[in-house]
Amino acid sequence: MTTITVTVNGVRYTSEVEPRLLLVHYLREHLNLTGTHIGCDTSQCGACVVHVNGVSVKSCTMLAVQCDGAEITTIEGLAQDGQLHPLQEGFWEKHGLQCGFCTPGMIMAAADLLKRNPNPSEEEIRHGLEGNLCRCTGYENIVRAVRYAAEKMAAMQAAD
Amino acid sequence: MTATEMKERLVGRALKRREDPKLITGHGNYLDDIKLPGMLHIALVRSPYAHAKIVSIDASKALAMPGVVAVFTGKDMLDINPMPAAWQAAGVKNYPVPPRALAVDKVALVGDPVAMVVAENRYIARDAADAVEVEYEPLPAVVDARKAVEPGAPQIHEAAPNNIVFEWECGNKAAADAAIASAEVVVKEEIINQRLIPTPMETRGSIARYDAATGEWTVWMTSQAPHVHRLLLTAFVFGVPETKLRCIAPNVGGGFGQKIFCYNDMAFTMWAARKLGRPVKFVEDRSENYKYSTHGRDHITEAELAGTRDGKITGLRVKTWANIGAYFSTVAAGIPTTLYGRIITGVYKIPAAYVHVTGAYTNTAMVDAYRGAGRPEASYLIERMVDRFAAEIGMDPAEVRRKNFIQPEDFPYDNGLGLLPYDSGNYEPALNKALEIAGYAEFRKQQAELRKQGRYLGIGISSYVEICGIAPSAWMGGQGWGAGLWESANVRVHLTGKVVVTTGSLPHGQGLETTFAQIVADELGVPIDDVEIQWGDTQGTPFGYGTYGSRSLAVGGVAIKRSVDKIKEKARKLAAHLLEANEADIVFENGRAYVRGSPDKAKTIGELAAAAAVAYNLPPGMEPFLDETSYYDPPNCTFPFGTHVSIVEVDPETGHVKLLRYIAVDDCGNQINPMIVEGQIHGGIAQGLAQALYEGAVYNEDGQLLTGTLMDYAVPTAAMVPHIETDHTVTPSPVNPLGVKGAGEAGTIASAQCVMNAIIDALAPFGVKHLQMPATPERIWKAIHGSK
Repeated sequence: MTTITVTVNGVRYTSEVEPRLLLVHYLREHLNLTGTHIGCDTSQCGACVVHVNGVSVKSCTMLAVQCDGAEITTIEGLAQDGQLHPLQEGFWEKHGLQCGFCTPGMIMAAADLLKRNPNPSEEEIRHGLEGNLCRCTGYENIVRAVRYAAEKMAAMQAAD
Repeated sequence: MTATEMKERLVGRALKRREDPKLITGHGNYLDDIKLPGMLHIALVRSPYAHAKIVSIDASKALAMPGVVAVFTGKDMLDINPMPAAWQAAGVKNYPVPPRALAVDKVALVGDPVAMVVAENRYIARDAADAVEVEYEPLPAVVDARKAVEPGAPQIHEAAPNNIVFEWECGNKAAADAAIASAEVVVKEEIINQRLIPTPMETRGSIARYDAATGEWTVWMTSQAPHVHRLLLTAFVFGVPETKLRCIAPNVGGGFGQKIFCYNDMAFTMWAARKLGRPVKFVEDRSENYKYSTHGRDHITEAELAGTRDGKITGLRVKTWANIGAYFSTVAAGIPTTLYGRIITGVYKIPAAYVHVTGAYTNTAMVDAYRGAGRPEASYLIERMVDRFAAEIGMDPAEVRRKNFIQPEDFPYDNGLGLLPYDSGNYEPALNKALEIAGYAEFRKQQAELRKQGRYLGIGISSYVEICGIAPSAWMGGQGWGAGLWESANVRVHLTGKVVVTTGSLPHGQGLETTFAQIVADELGVPIDDVEIQWGDTQGTPFGYGTYGSRSLAVGGVAIKRSVDKIKEKARKLAAHLLEANEADIVFENGRAYVRGSPDKAKTIGELAAAAAVAYNLPPGMEPFLDETSYYDPPNCTFPFGTHVSIVEVDPETGHVKLLRYIAVDDCGNQINPMIVEGQIHGGIAQGLAQALYEGAVYNEDGQLLTGTLMDYAVPTAAMVPHIETDHTVTPSPVNPLGVKGAGEAGTIASAQCVMNAIIDALAPFGVKHLQMPATPERIWKAIHGSK
C-alpha cells in the first residue's frame, strides 16, 4: 500500500492505495465520484477523461500513485458556485448528449480543447475530440455544443 | 388565466431535455455506479477457444487467494434453466439452443464463460480468474453461416442438426421464379451485410441482491426491457413466482438493441446472490462485451432483381444465410425473418417477390437485434439492387425509384409478403426534397466535368421504409413472438395537482421523459414541471415490453395519452357535478373544465384533482382520485420513410473516400420534439455510415475475434463523421391518435446503402458494379486496380 495525497475538485484527500490502482477506480471506488465513467479497456473511448494539474488525461491510463500531490478536476467539480460551465450549458442547450455516458469525458476533453484553442472551427472541434467516442449523437450536436460554449466564453471574457 | 389565454402548446417544440442536468454534472446513476453494503464482485473465466470440450476445471489456486469467496462452474448451476428463446421463426420448426448461465461440458465461442470467481473486489476477482486452470479439448470451428450448413461442417449442437436454427420463407416463389425467368433484364449480386458490434458506450452488467427472509431478489440491470427480464428470469430460468423478483434499469448508457436480451449474467448474479447471501456485481469489460454480448447483421445473400428495359421492376428473389452465432439469443430468429423478409421490397411495388432465409449456428458471438434489426439488411439489399438495376439499363437511379414507388393512393398498401399493410406514405416528395437540397441535376454536370479531370465524385440515393411500433399482439403471436407487444401507462393527478406518469417504456438516450411530459402537459393543460415521468423499475410501473424497435412513442406514448384521455373524461364528469351542469355541456380545454359559453366559471384540473382526492363531494358512484391506467395494443405497425442522399469523392490512387455531404429527409409522422427527432436521426446515420465505411466484426477461421477491442473495431470518432443536413416531410400515421411513427432507427436503416451507392456511383468509370462493406481504402483500391 502507498499513501497518496491529492486534491480533487478543491477537496484534499489522503488515501492508502495499491500501487496498481488506476486513477479512474480511485475516483470512482474510493472517492465515490462516479461521474467519471469507464467505456473501454484500451484507452480509446475517453469516457474517463479528467483534468490532472489542468491537463486532460484518460484516468484509466494513469495510476492513482502517479497523482500524488496533484490537483484533479472531475465532471463533478466543473460547475462553479452552482453555475454550470458554459460547456455543460452548451451540451444541454444543443442536445449534445443522449444516453449521457460519454458526456462527462466529452465535456472534460472539450474544456481542455477550449483552453488551448478558444475559438475552434468545426473541423478543429472534430479533430480535437478524436480521443472521445460517442455512439448516440453522431457528433453533430456535440460540435454545436462546443461552438456554443466557445461563443459564450468569448462573450463572458469580453464582458469582464 | 382566462379561457382566451391559450397555454402555449408544447408538442412540436424543441424543448431542452429534462434528463440532462444530472447527466452533464456527473450525477447520473449507471449500473457500475451502484454500490451495495457487502457487495462482492464477479470475474469470469472465459474460453480462449471457439469450440472445445471442457476436460477439467481446477479452481484450487484461485480459491486459496485472499479475498476470494467462491468459484462456481456451469455444473453448479444446473438447477436453473437456460435463457429463453422468446422469438422463434414463424410457421417453421426451430432448433433453439439458448445459452446457459455458464457453459457446461463444452464451449461454443471464444469468450464462452466456463467459471466465475466471486471476490471482495474486482482486482482480486480478476487475478483469481486468471488463476483458474481449465483444460480444453479443442474442436474444429466454423464462423461463416453459409459454410456452417454445408455437409461436413463442424457440428456445434446435438440439438441442431447441420447447425440449422430454422429455414424460413415468405412471398411467392413460383411468381418470383417466373418473373425472373421471363424478364428483359435480370441483375444478380452476392450481397454481404457484415457483422457489426452495437457498442453502447456503457457495457452490460447486473447486480443482484437476495433477501433470504422473504425469498426475494432485486436485480439492477443494464436493460431495455426490465419487465420482460423479470418475467423470463422468474417463470422460465428460475421457476419461481414472478413476484419474487424486482428488476431495476437505472440510467442506461445506450442500448441499440444489445440490452434488450435476457443474458446469462442476470441469471448467474441472481444465483450467486442467493447462494452466498451477499449482493454480487458483474460488469463487462469492453473486450468481454465485444466477445460475448450480442452482435448484429451478418447476412450473406444471393439476390436477383428482374425488370424491364424501361425501368419497371417485375420480380425479386432473395436467398439469405443469417448467422445466429453460437447460441440462440432471446429474439434472434425474429430479426432475419419477420423484420427482414417481410419488408424486402421496400418502397417499391414489386409484383413478385420471394425470400428464403437459413438461420445458422456458428462459433461466434450471438447475433440479435441491433439498431434497425432486419430492416437495415432489407433496405440495404433492395436499395443496392435498385441501383444495380438502374446502372444495368442506363437509367437515372432517381428515375427508377420514381417509376416504382408505391403511390400515395395505394395506402394502406399490402406488399404481399405477409406484413400488415403499410399505414401511410408519400415517397416522392421526400425524394425530391433530398435531391433538391443536394442540387442533384447540377451535381451530375459537375460530376461529368470533374471526371474529365480525373476526380471521381459519386452521389448515392437511399429511399427507405421501415416498420416501427410493431403490433398488434395478435399478429405478432402469429409471427412467432412469444408474448404481446402492447404497452401500458398509469397516470395519476395527485391532490396537489402534480401529475405522476408510470410507464413500462424506458429511455436510454431517447429523451422519452421530455417527450412524454410534453404530451401530458398539453393534454392536461398543466405546467410541464408538474409532470413527473417514472420508469425503469418493475416495482411501481405497470408491465411494459420495453424500449426498442422505435416503439416507445407510437405504442408507449399512446398508452399515456389514452390514460390522460380517461383522466379528462372523469374530470369532466366531476366538473359537471360541481358546476351543476350536464356533462354534455362541459368543455375541457387547457386544463380547465367549464360549461360551454361560461369559461369564467371554470374548475381547473388542479381543483378537480383535489376534489377527487379529498372526495367530499363526488357524483354518485364515482370513485375517489384521478388515477387511470391504459393498455394500448395498436391496430397496426407504423411505417416511417424518407430519402437520404450522400456525395462522396474517391481518391483513385489511395482508395480513400471523403464523404462530402450527407442529406437526410425523413418522415416519422408528427414530431413531438423536433430537436430529439433530429438527434435520433444524426446518431442513426452515424451508425449506418460507419457500417459503409469503417465497421465490421472479423473472426478468423478458428473463431478468434480479430476486432475484439476498440483498438481494432472502428467506431467512428467525430472526425470520421461529416456534418449531417436534415429536413423532413410530415405524413401523419393514421394508426394512432398522436399521428406518430417513430424515429429511433430510421437513420441507421437509410444510411449504409446511401453511402455505398455514392461510392459505387463514383467508381462507375472503372466498371465497378458492387462492393462489399465496409468500403475500406484497400477494398476500393483493389476494385479500381484489380488485385494485382
